[in-house]
Amino acid sequence: MTVTDDPAVPDAPVDLAPAKEVGQARRRKEDARLITGKTTWTDNMVLPGMLHLAVLRSPVAHGRITHLDVSAAKERPNVVAVYTGRDLAEEQGSLPCAWPVTPDMVNPGHPSIAVDQVNHVGEAVAVVVARSRTAAADALEAIDVDYEPLPVVLDMEQAVQEGSPLVHDSTSSNTSYHFVFDAGEAGTGADTDQAFADAEVTVSRRFVQQRLIPAFMEPRSVVVQPSGDNYTMWSATQIPHILRVMAAMVTGIPEHKLRVIAPDVGGGFGGKLQVNPEEILCLLIARRLGKPVKWTETRSESLMTAHHGRDQVQFIDIAADRDGTVRGLRVRLLADMGAYLRLITPGVPALGAFMFPGIYKFPAYRFECDGVFTNKVPTDAYRGAGRPEATFAIERIMDELAVELDMDPLELRRKNWIGAEEFPFTTVAGLEYDSGDYHQATEQALQLIGYDELRAEQQRRREANDPVQLGIGFSTFTEMCGLAPSRVLGSLAFGAGGWEQASIRMLPTGKVEVVTGSTPHGQGHETAWSQIVADQLGVPFEDVEVLHGDTSISSRGLDTYGSRSLVVGGTAVVKAAEKVVQKARVIAAHLLEASEDDLEFTGGKFTVRGTPGAGIGIQEVALAIFAAHDYPEGVEPTIDAEATFDPENFSFPHGTHICAMEVDTETGSVKIRKYACVDDVGTIVNPLIVEGQVHGGLAQGIAQALYEEAIYDADGNLTTGSFVDYLVPAASDLPHFDTGNTVHAATSNPLGAKGVGEAGCIASTPAVVNAALDAVRHLGVTDIRMPLTPERVWRAVHQGGDGGDRAAAGSNAQGASSGEAAAASTDPSSTGGHL
Amino acid sequence: MIPAPFAYARPTTVDEALQAIADGGEDVKVLAGGQSLIPVMRLRLAAPETVVDLTRVEGLRGVREEGDQLVVGAMTTHADVLADPLLARYGQLVVQATETVADRQVRRRGTFGGALAHADPAGDLPAVALALDAEFVVVGPGGRRTVAAADFFVDYLTTALEEGELLVEIRLPKLGEDWGVRYEKFNRVAQAWSIVAVAAAVRREGGRIAEARIGLTNMGPTPLRARATEAALVGVDVSMETVTAAAAQAAEGTSPSNDLNAQADYRQHLAQVLTRRAVAAAAGL
Repeated sequence: MTVTDDPAVPDAPVDLAPAKEVGQARRRKEDARLITGKTTWTDNMVLPGMLHLAVLRSPVAHGRITHLDVSAAKERPNVVAVYTGRDLAEEQGSLPCAWPVTPDMVNPGHPSIAVDQVNHVGEAVAVVVARSRTAAADALEAIDVDYEPLPVVLDMEQAVQEGSPLVHDSTSSNTSYHFVFDAGEAGTGADTDQAFADAEVTVSRRFVQQRLIPAFMEPRSVVVQPSGDNYTMWSATQIPHILRVMAAMVTGIPEHKLRVIAPDVGGGFGGKLQVNPEEILCLLIARRLGKPVKWTETRSESLMTAHHGRDQVQFIDIAADRDGTVRGLRVRLLADMGAYLRLITPGVPALGAFMFPGIYKFPAYRFECDGVFTNKVPTDAYRGAGRPEATFAIERIMDELAVELDMDPLELRRKNWIGAEEFPFTTVAGLEYDSGDYHQATEQALQLIGYDELRAEQQRRREANDPVQLGIGFSTFTEMCGLAPSRVLGSLAFGAGGWEQASIRMLPTGKVEVVTGSTPHGQGHETAWSQIVADQLGVPFEDVEVLHGDTSISSRGLDTYGSRSLVVGGTAVVKAAEKVVQKARVIAAHLLEASEDDLEFTGGKFTVRGTPGAGIGIQEVALAIFAAHDYPEGVEPTIDAEATFDPENFSFPHGTHICAMEVDTETGSVKIRKYACVDDVGTIVNPLIVEGQVHGGLAQGIAQALYEEAIYDADGNLTTGSFVDYLVPAASDLPHFDTGNTVHAATSNPLGAKGVGEAGCIASTPAVVNAALDAVRHLGVTDIRMPLTPERVWRAVHQGGDGGDRAAAGSNAQGASSGEAAAASTDPSSTGGHL
Repeated sequence: MIPAPFAYARPTTVDEALQAIADGGEDVKVLAGGQSLIPVMRLRLAAPETVVDLTRVEGLRGVREEGDQLVVGAMTTHADVLADPLLARYGQLVVQATETVADRQVRRRGTFGGALAHADPAGDLPAVALALDAEFVVVGPGGRRTVAAADFFVDYLTTALEEGELLVEIRLPKLGEDWGVRYEKFNRVAQAWSIVAVAAAVRREGGRIAEARIGLTNMGPTPLRARATEAALVGVDVSMETVTAAAAQAAEGTSPSNDLNAQADYRQHLAQVLTRRAVAAAAGL
């Protein structure tokens, strides 16, 4: 770890203040205002003279714009301007891709608004600016566009074939990059081909990671206010700091003339880890018109145009001895980029490359990935970003290997785990896992779920040929979190570092402002950071205010994703607090007329060792230094402090998830009977927040296994364009969760935190699928494609195969009508609110 | 997600409503809760000239009994249905099906008559009304008339309602204690439309089935009756064997659609399984 501006502070773990607040299950202080809407969401912003944008979107997946006439739209009431791609072509630049994973990666560039050609349904073609949102929406209908259709590229396996139509004329193939990690070449493992040649048993599988939609609750929204040559942008984004840099580079607005504010943001899940075309368009149009502008997406636009996640075809081979000892792992991916490379599109599968070996001691490993262009909306980060895909593949194939070897799946896993005594352990992918105990977490999870009883019931149901069969599935996983050591990101060609910054401002009345660069969008930073600072400074929890999300207030930061906030941002807060105490100690010693060395600091108070009664609170020191009437020579009159933390390693949460699943073999319906998980997320600052994060992650991971799938029809239209067809489960669709924790502190940060934001989402998907397969494997089923719809399960049981594609064959107005009506019950905008 | 401009009328009586419809121009839509209409308008799949909102027509709301019939006002909300003592006693099939409609918020606004007049074959209430041989009371410029359920559902989203007409009430037979009922709904998440559902009402006489009424949800462009199964059940002893055998005919005469949730053959299979389960439960097995 590195504290950038004070190299004298040692890198060794520091002594944290005794925990009084940390570890408490405090209710989140931000929730009352978030839940009741008593806050400012971006779409609530109303500025004098503000104009509204509406975007005309391409109805075709691939085509040349042969005719575009906006003149009638310009004549519509209250319309101020209409812009096409041609109007903005000279100034719009290209949306950024910050992760060129290989030196020869092909990036065709990504205009915010199409100029000559559209490459996916939903791409912006024209923008109406009007005095009201409704006038803008109405005027879209007056725009006349013709497209010359081009062949549509949708299937990755076909797209990479010789002779496939191309998404981009400017490229020679639909492959953007070929990324390889070979442990043999990297020096972290043996030769993989040799390992397979020598193996007693090999198992090969092809898994499909379906395309998912992040489906955050608050729609994306942007407001830009020009003021002279300064611009203020409010955006419902996860990344105000990154957005500021990127938007400045794209538009040419100097960085210091651009302020970005992320007010309270209603969820992101990676979906708002993006620089959106509409953010750039709002800036360009506000600059042209000199007036504030706003764009807020509809739910339909959100599902159709906000970036998607996952979408990989995974070919995975595992080699092992007959006794179950694993010998090698080989992975080849096709990863769907969609039509363009967005902020970290190409990096998502590459991030997963390091997680396929999981928690197993593979001596050999090779990973290859082709990033493939298709005529679909781009993919990018979605909760877990690469790691859920990897965890799914390894945890699924461990079960397949167990079947092949006729071994208990848990026994096979145990045999290959890294032992608790082996940490720190360098994996075949080159990562150094720091701590944990896989056996302990597993034993605890088995207890939680009542494993022996469930196995006995499974046996009874099988023997009775019960129409409802029971299965049990495991996922024993780890993830790389706490993104990320800046040097490592540099070695992976990522366009930024992974540090985080915090500052602490002591106000005259002793109240404390904590500024964090890790911008929350629902995680509970305000509560957790307050708990940390309350302990560090010995001040009441209520006296701490956490400021975030405004580049003018928080000048440096790298925002929130990759389970990094507590691990990296929380550590920066600790470091800043330490500096405050150091500075206050100097002042306190002066005021108490004692030597600094004789001062003790506990419970927020400096006392003089051996002199009972003499003392001064840190909050009193704050007032004294504000008055600044009496302080030591050569010392600045402030105890405010700032720190930047750059981790030296990732953190590695791990856990064991167990799912017990009932499968109705008559209907194909699946129902989670019990779900237990024990996660080791290191030191826990707030158990309530941790449990909430696990629950939310489980919901999304289970949703991938059972419910969610973005489907395009043969013309490249998003068939699952509403919440009727894109099924996001609600509380009533999810089981009770039995959660637990083991605690092995991370060694890479003084808090000992490992991160929890993605754990449930990463771990749960394979546990659920493994459970369903365990229920029906004796009926001859070896795989079922995600999501496990009842029809797929039924077909797999009764007709063999994996359940196949979900084609909307014969899909007609009927489906559409049901779709719209249900949108009323699920679309938050239909109730007038934005929660 | 922003509807096209439209004129809006909010009458307080049926006569005012009929007048508003007559005056509304070419394309008038009646809003009876709006849980289907509003989304369709927001997506601009419908852009009516005038919307006539029946929410304030108090006379169309509530449940009363007339002889051996229950009379349900068309604007009775799903939530009203669930709270109504008469329906609790004599209309359990309606209650069971209504409980599965969407979510609480939708059930506060959505109405019994609105759901029937919308005639979405994936909706839960049309099959129930059909199974019960409900009578649809309609008023219009030509006066008042009653349409049998079998004639009311004409095609996909199409009913026997003529232009300018309004569905005002639905008459249901009171089912006494000798009837058992079950609405068996199959969907992927709680708030979703039925992939298939079966509404069954069975009257027992001793150990035999005297009468069976079975409505099928989402097995064709309109709700359907499982006539072959109904016929096969009359007079048989109540047993899983007889019920299973009869339910095997449940998909006869159906023409379900293919969509993301289910292909037609799977729907027909589900119809058989769900009919067996619904009838068995209704018959007390």
